[in-house]
Amino acid sequence: MTDAELQDIETRLFFEAMAVRHGYDFRHYARASMKRRVQALAQSVGCPDIGSLIPRVLREEGFLGQALAHLSVPVTEMFRDPAVFLALRREVLPILDSYPRISVWQPGCATGEEPYSLAVLFEEEGMLPKAQIYATDINDMALAKAEEAIYPARNLAAYARNYAQAGGKTTLADYFTTAYDFSKISEPLRQKVVFAHHNLVADGVFCEVHMVLCRNVLIYFDRTLQNRVLALFHDSLVRGGFLCLGKKETLEGTDYADRFRPVDRDCRIWRKAEAS
Amino acid sequence: MTAGSFQAAVVGCSAGGLEALHRLLDPLPADFPLPLVVVAHLSANSDSLLPQLLQGKCRLKVLEAEDKMPVVAGSVYVGPPGYHLLVEADHTLSLSVDEKVCHVRPAIDVLFRSAADVWGDGLVAILLTGANRDGTAGLRAVKQRGGLCLVQDPATAVAETMPRSAIAAGLADQVLPLDEISRSLQRIAPSRAKKGKLE
Repeated sequence: MTDAELQDIETRLFFEAMAVRHGYDFRHYARASMKRRVQALAQSVGCPDIGSLIPRVLREEGFLGQALAHLSVPVTEMFRDPAVFLALRREVLPILDSYPRISVWQPGCATGEEPYSLAVLFEEEGMLPKAQIYATDINDMALAKAEEAIYPARNLAAYARNYAQAGGKTTLADYFTTAYDFSKISEPLRQKVVFAHHNLVADGVFCEVHMVLCRNVLIYFDRTLQNRVLALFHDSLVRGGFLCLGKKETLEGTDYADRFRPVDRDCRIWRKAEAS
Repeated sequence: MTAGSFQAAVVGCSAGGLEALHRLLDPLPADFPLPLVVVAHLSANSDSLLPQLLQGKCRLKVLEAEDKMPVVAGSVYVGPPGYHLLVEADHTLSLSVDEKVCHVRPAIDVLFRSAADVWGDGLVAILLTGANRDGTAGLRAVKQRGGLCLVQDPATAVAETMPRSAIAAGLADQVLPLDEISRSLQRIAPSRAKKGKLE
């Protein structure tokens, strides 16, 4: 047996242990990226190989948190892909504005940069008072950071460039208070985002919403899991509700290609089709 | 290495890569029997024009890599800017936005390692011009799994750091100028027509 084949077996058994012992099921994640993450986890906790992680994940107290932190890597930024936020501002928000109350669900929110970007949009379009953003993730460490809403001040310059390209109406610094090397999101924005633990793989519909913003999450899933998660999004959305995926994600090839109609193909925005 | 035993080629390049890719890909015949998967370092916020630019005189079909796209012979797959590009065991492509590797995303190391896992000794990995050290760790994985490592002769590269790093690490099976790499590819993976003549 080749080393690569052996690693595949170890990875499979590790995910089996995570699922059976802890209920976190990564078995339907795209394998190549996950294998890199599991290898990184093994290295950071001093395991010589993936197989050695298995007894620890089964028996070691507190190991799960460490494992999850490595397996769901929070990489995000504010106003990532500014063109998408510009499209949300111009094409989606004016339609959402016709609702008396607006709920948005953002699964896979990581450390919160994206839901706060959305809160800035709502604020600038005068819709913040009636908006509510629910942001969820499986990574509790990331969620704790998101709730704190404190970010390294050195990141702000790049975020401000994105913000300007996203049609920002003032300067991004207006939404932060900065002290020393850290910047905190202003309280009115922070209060509009509710963070919660939710696992797309295992949990049900989170709540009824007018938009689901879920970018660069589906690329980590295999087709089976993509279909499960799209079902969840479809069931969560009101009729005519919006779905925004990552720039390289698509509904084509999934069970849900016909259940949504495209609003902006380039920015990957769809609307839930009327009853079918 | 016996002709016909290779299943896929992966290519990595950085500074000076566009011209190098043309020199590598343009001579390949339309029935070249291996798929090629390419990662080039590009600015993340630009929408990629690379597939269009490469298509020019290339007789193979050049596509921007998408999530779950099957890898088939006769096509060149180019990773989109801002995403790592990986190969899955079922010979489909996948994307990730995980942390940068060697300060870049897409990283050549990420593609090469995942491809080495999938194709083992059926993989040809080609490292071209570039100004950082991305690709060296990837070639190490390719070599460990029995694949063939071709590296551009640094003397012919716009930026020599990348090929030089791989050569210094002792990972290059052959160090060749671009035209030679392209010919070498056709030798180790004979097209269907030529194969017919040989038989």
